[in-house]
Amino acid sequence: MKRFEIIKKRQLNDTINWYTIYAPLIAKHAKPGQFIILRVDEHGERIPLTMAGHDEKEGTIDIIVQTVGRTTMLLEQLQVGDCLADVVGPLGQPSKMDGLKRVCIVGGGVGNALAYPLAIGMHQHGIHVTMICGFKTKDIVILEDEFRAGVDEVYMVTDDGTYGEKGFTTDKLKQLLDDGNKYDEIVAVGPAVMMKFVCGIAGDYGIPSVASLATYMVDGTGMCGGCRCIVDGESKFVCVDGPDFDGSKIDWDLLIKRGKTFAEEEGEDRQHVCKLIGGVRQNA
Amino acid sequence: MPNMRPDKNPMPEQDPNVRNKNFEEVALGYTEEMALDEAERCLNCKNHPCVDGCPVNVHIPNFIAKIVNKDFEGAYEEITLTNSLPAVCGRVCPQENQCESKCVRGIKGEPVGIGRLERFSADWHEAHHGDAKIEPVKSNGHKVAVVGGGPAGLTAAGDLVNKGYDVTVFESLHKIGGVLVYGIPQFRLPKEIVQTEVDKLAAKGVHFVTDAIVGKAITIEELMDEEGFEAVFVGTGAGLPMFMDIPGESLVGVVSANEYLTRINLMKAYRDDYDTPIARPKHVVIVGAGNVAMDSSRCAKRMGADVKLVYRRSEKEVPARAEEFEHAKAEGIDFHFLTNPVEILGDENGNVCGIKCIKMELGEPDASGRRRPVPIEGSEFVIDCDYVIMSLGTKVNTLIRDTTSNITPTKKGGIDVDENGMTSHPGIFAGGDAVTGAATVIKAMGAGKVAAAGMDAYIQGK
Repeated sequence: MKRFEIIKKRQLNDTINWYTIYAPLIAKHAKPGQFIILRVDEHGERIPLTMAGHDEKEGTIDIIVQTVGRTTMLLEQLQVGDCLADVVGPLGQPSKMDGLKRVCIVGGGVGNALAYPLAIGMHQHGIHVTMICGFKTKDIVILEDEFRAGVDEVYMVTDDGTYGEKGFTTDKLKQLLDDGNKYDEIVAVGPAVMMKFVCGIAGDYGIPSVASLATYMVDGTGMCGGCRCIVDGESKFVCVDGPDFDGSKIDWDLLIKRGKTFAEEEGEDRQHVCKLIGGVRQNA
Repeated sequence: MPNMRPDKNPMPEQDPNVRNKNFEEVALGYTEEMALDEAERCLNCKNHPCVDGCPVNVHIPNFIAKIVNKDFEGAYEEITLTNSLPAVCGRVCPQENQCESKCVRGIKGEPVGIGRLERFSADWHEAHHGDAKIEPVKSNGHKVAVVGGGPAGLTAAGDLVNKGYDVTVFESLHKIGGVLVYGIPQFRLPKEIVQTEVDKLAAKGVHFVTDAIVGKAITIEELMDEEGFEAVFVGTGAGLPMFMDIPGESLVGVVSANEYLTRINLMKAYRDDYDTPIARPKHVVIVGAGNVAMDSSRCAKRMGADVKLVYRRSEKEVPARAEEFEHAKAEGIDFHFLTNPVEILGDENGNVCGIKCIKMELGEPDASGRRRPVPIEGSEFVIDCDYVIMSLGTKVNTLIRDTTSNITPTKKGGIDVDENGMTSHPGIFAGGDAVTGAATVIKAMGAGKVAAAGMDAYIQGK
């Protein structure tokens, strides 16, 4: 097997793929909650992605990637047997599990993919895991079978009601809490706006919350500072201090604004890649 | 008879108003005639104080004498007896604080242009003998690891491979070179030069492993206990950017110089054929006046922005290398001395729209011996801008200390080492910015040399 070779590729829906990549050094030390940074080819940018799993024996790691911008579009063009230019990791701090007995994990969209290894890891750690999986609509629902097989309770919700229950993840969370369900911790993984409201509800019910943040970053080792966020009034680096932070202490509005740093360029990139013929550049 | 002209041969350069729009090298290098003329200014004095001024003790009068005799390849060989990266050092060393500051000719005029002659020798060698085949060095059977592919690590790797060690360099980024590739811009140090040096080491037998974060993907103790490395050199640099802790630093459009330079240099955001996203601001303010601030301001200028630089001390205290400061001025960077930011202002979308500064005056000398800048009450004013680059220096990353047993830190948070470069953990050595905090390329190289000798003695003495 070659360095960073794609060993398996499985399409989960129109825009989301599951890749298994040969990266034995990372696989040996990876833990749930940690992430990697990859570069598709020599001219590509570095993007961070939470690992969806790893297999130390096979020397592989898993990532579940939604095609949203230039880099993920280029990645989508790659097939089994192709190699990525770079994969570094495992980065960030592993998710904390000790002392927890009952946890509710709220995933939004592709955030469900990022929540998956954590949900499984917690369940295997003996924690009772309730999973609320939220999606915009039926077509983009992913990983339902995997969650049903791997955790204790699963609730599927869609914004438009085309699958599972109609409504937002926050509605379902509130309902479960109002029904008297008790959790030691609520974990939010998904779009920043959703995480903000999930952590807000947790606070209203006096339950500790954890949000897994995804910000832009360059090196992933604390060198660029691009991923900084304010937690409890202090500047923190998502790459080395996170990606998990106390959801009640994150300055969400700032985080959401910083998330739009490259919004303009990303829009242009999408148009540009759509015009690429034959996928990955030949000049790399 | 030596050439007694008091001033140095000037360095041919791209015109400031042309070069501030491209990323091609600014300084073009001496011709053979200029090099000969400059070399003849060296008195070849007995005490050669210049050699003591060099952290790797290049045999300066000897190599200059070879240039005088037109033995340019001999000059290169003389330099490389002690310096493995002359093409790099000739370009980025602060010679005015090192070798050239000790030059006798500097007493009544300008010192000999030692750095320029060093660069000339290295470039001449590359142009005329660059393709000479390099034979792998015969192995002595001992495996050693180098953590970090920057100047300290490359120097240690070079010295160790020359002694016969089987050397593997682990680098966290996707390119070898450390600050030489992510920090120093193309127009000051072309990346092809760094790659040439790395290729030479590889030809000698050094193994390079990129994308490997030691402390995350593998620990130093695993390298030693499971992978059979008998000694390890840590040259991980000082990579963590510092911020000012003033309001508004989290606004969109406030970045560290590290981030800005990494996007431009390592990730080549200035080239259309790379995907790296980069902001295209119109009015940029750089905070700080070190080499990194000069590099950031000159990059921003080349990216098409109008650039102002604010520095809390006066022009006299500018810490950057004199040449970088002069180049920045010539290229149209607008300097505001005795000016310190107190707040960064944002619009309703959280984007930077200005920086509020306060005027400073110089008071009594501080711990560094420089006069302490003191704010002038009520002198606040706003500079309109849409981008701020913080270039305030860097701290040491604690990853290695946190993941390796028995490593004693220094008071400043670096890794403590003895006179042979060994840490408190037997077999683990360290050097460069990881030990001292942010310093210079050549000091890191000096530390790499010391540690390589220390590792050799340690392994041979086992």
